[in-house]
Amino acid sequence: MKMIGVGKIKQYCNVLDKSLSKGKQEVSLSAFAFLFSELVQYNQTQVDNIAELERRLEDAGYAVGARVLELLCHRDKGNRRETRLLGILSFVHSTVWKVLFGKVADSLEKGTEHDDEYMISEKELLVNKFISIPKDMGTFNCGAFVAGIVRGVLDSAGFPAVVTAHFVPMEGQQRPRTTILIKFAEEVLRREARLG
Amino acid sequence: MPPAAPRSGDAIFASVERVNAELFTLTYGAIVRQLLTDLEEVEEVNKQLDQMGYNIGIRLIDEFLAKSNVSRCVDFKETAEVIAKVGFKMFLGVTASVTNWDADGTCCSIVLEDNPLVDFVELPDTCQGLYYCNILSGVIRGALEMVSMKTEVTWIRDMLRGDDAYELQVKLLKQVPEEYPYKDDE
Repeated sequence: MKMIGVGKIKQYCNVLDKSLSKGKQEVSLSAFAFLFSELVQYNQTQVDNIAELERRLEDAGYAVGARVLELLCHRDKGNRRETRLLGILSFVHSTVWKVLFGKVADSLEKGTEHDDEYMISEKELLVNKFISIPKDMGTFNCGAFVAGIVRGVLDSAGFPAVVTAHFVPMEGQQRPRTTILIKFAEEVLRREARLG
Repeated sequence: MPPAAPRSGDAIFASVERVNAELFTLTYGAIVRQLLTDLEEVEEVNKQLDQMGYNIGIRLIDEFLAKSNVSRCVDFKETAEVIAKVGFKMFLGVTASVTNWDADGTCCSIVLEDNPLVDFVELPDTCQGLYYCNILSGVIRGALEMVSMKTEVTWIRDMLRGDDAYELQVKLLKQVPEEYPYKDDE
């Protein structure tokens, strides 16, 4: 006679006790595309206008960014923190981009008009690759999700900023590139100046 | 020319464009968090996740059929094997196994040990009724509906709830024969 259920005590494994994966696991691009598409479609039902939709996507991205920073700092940087502006920008442009999108970002530029602005650009942002925006949605950019990720990383690293995503038409190219515009808070620039 | 041989899950996964699983995991986490904030009731979130999964499943099946070269499955047993070995592999990069067949061959369990949706996840006490991976049940249900199988998909085991694996029970309710849209005598 077999006793059913005996010995099957539920083991609530604390997630912090599990070892951290090396980050090499992959899923298909289409799995991500389907998931992202549902994220956008769900949020479309929750808003009345484009600005709100972008804000919700940004908020979703923010949570991802905060976690990505924690994960990468612990796993890839041995718990060392960036304290300088160029350091954190380089971290986002190279390390964060490499982990999330498989490549470093196409470019990192300093804004010419304002001291507190920097731009990370990508010819074809992953989240925009498989999405076409209907004309009646105007300037809506799914890159708002990525802008949110960047804001989440920067904020959690101690570099608060306003981060937005913009389409920038490029000469000779059919599809515009996406620029993530980062505008740092005044306190960041003041601190940077103090550090010399 | 003979039809192309069905491709293995590994072969297809190696041939498609892939992204870092952590981006996928974290994005899914963001979705679940958004739903919890918006809907508040855990049961509502479960339903919404299932619906999202369904929406994905009805589109995912096309890609699955196109890439896998799987010919029409002879029976439900074959269907379940194909989902576990080819489907999960080509999209999520993990293999599942099929167990617990009932006598009729209409009900089985798909068991997952690796699950990219749940990395870094722990359910807080306030969410104990949440089926975190419920999107998967919707995906399977939606995909199978598009190939004329009405199923019921439920969670038997969930590692986030303390079990040792993820186990989905897939029950075939009805095989709806494909309706030919035109009557022959019109």
